Amino acid sequence: MKHTRIVITGIGLTAPNGNTLAEFRHNLLTGVSGITMKEVRYMGQWPAGLCNYDPLKYQKKKDVRIGTRAGSISIYCAREALADAGVNLEARDKSRVGVYLGITEHGNVETENEVYNISQFKYDVKFWTHHHNPRTVANSPAGEVSLNLGTTGPAYTIGAACAAGNMGLIHAAQMLRLDEVDLAIAGGVSESPQTFGIFAGFKSQNALASHADPTKASRPFDKARNGIVISEGGCIYTLERLDDAVARGAKIYGEIAGYCVNSDATDYVLPNPERQAECVRKALASAGMTVDDIDIVNTHATSTPQGDIQECQAIAAVFRERKEPPAINNTKSFIGHAMGAAGALELAGNLPSFDDLIVHPTINVDELDPQCDIPGLVLNRPRAVKRVDAILNNSFGMLGINSTLIIKRYIAQPIRTP
Amino acid sequence: MTKEDCQKLVIDIISDIAPDENLSDIKPEVRLRDQLQLDSMDFLDIVMELRKRHGIEVPEADYMQLASLESCANYLTPKFQTRA
Repeated sequence: MKHTRIVITGIGLTAPNGNTLAEFRHNLLTGVSGITMKEVRYMGQWPAGLCNYDPLKYQKKKDVRIGTRAGSISIYCAREALADAGVNLEARDKSRVGVYLGITEHGNVETENEVYNISQFKYDVKFWTHHHNPRTVANSPAGEVSLNLGTTGPAYTIGAACAAGNMGLIHAAQMLRLDEVDLAIAGGVSESPQTFGIFAGFKSQNALASHADPTKASRPFDKARNGIVISEGGCIYTLERLDDAVARGAKIYGEIAGYCVNSDATDYVLPNPERQAECVRKALASAGMTVDDIDIVNTHATSTPQGDIQECQAIAAVFRERKEPPAINNTKSFIGHAMGAAGALELAGNLPSFDDLIVHPTINVDELDPQCDIPGLVLNRPRAVKRVDAILNNSFGMLGINSTLIIKRYIAQPIRTP
Repeated sequence: MTKEDCQKLVIDIISDIAPDENLSDIKPEVRLRDQLQLDSMDFLDIVMELRKRHGIEVPEADYMQLASLESCANYLTPKFQTRA
């Protein structure tokens, strides 16, 4: 069961710089940032990553009104993934379809909006909407997907701070291996820029990015980085057991090779490079791989002064024994920190490397921080490479949750003959 | 405030509550739920919008008075007039 092969067969996404994988990838290879200025309640203009997908492509106006932004993003991404995968849900047992979505947080948007709303009525709670509870329950985005698709299998979210995007895929692989479902619709979503609280919180923590040019605000590894750019987005995959995918002739983007989720157990906010390195090593062991097998490392680095250094230390510690380092990049430099969607989006931005053998860069690195100067960094321009057979994707989150996911190129095993 | 004015205010609210619906041909005497995709949650929204926009309270015992545009107008017009 543990070794049942799980593959990715469809991808749907919306990022601040693209509403399809093709558009997203093109912009990652041509240096196009998606960060703009946003008016944040009580706080004025701040850099943020906002998506411009069409909610009405898959939802009625009324459903957009009743639901949440995270739910709408989830529905768009799930439908796009299913279309990409060529899956006809109507021909399937919908009770065997699972929806597993990673979230950093959920409900802050609606609660803030309602508090603001009643503030216009002298805080009289009779003006508080009855939609508040269904909008803010933690399973809400996944539930909205099940309502939209009519799937009757398990549909819930996985709260894992900013490690959540990877967690959606990891959990999907586990449920497929347990034979709980036949098709998993999984990934991560974020509606975070629609709240002021997350901006205010990071600002109070001295961890909110500021820059006159919003496209330059997210700059991991650069000496002048000054914090996180908060973004929304979503990326949802269809995952299947390999046999099922092959049987229906599905296109296969890659195969789950291994993963690890662990905890720092050291601090509410500050990362722990030792535990991060352990997470990466355990993921490699889970994949039956060594450091020599990894071709791309997509970093979690969020453009904070301390966090980037600590992740670089962790990666350098793991890969120091390699003669030729893997290519190391960062997607947040283009799209900011998409929170619960980050891991899933960042993986999607790198999966096309299996086909085009190009590694997208980290942009906005005008002066590399010497403390982030580790071997293998791909800076400012894409790099052509000779081999991409395995991608290692890091996502770490508050309260010390770490996730590493390794995707490998899908290679069909030769058919055995008697 | 006439009953026709009152019906227009209710239609304005319904256009926000049920934005996918065609409201150009609503029959005033027919139950709203029989001609539009409206559920009980939508009626709670209508009650809330009457409260927010117009300061009109509709107690739960009177919700049935909102069944049709005509009954809305009969029930709400005096409330609007009293409020004015």
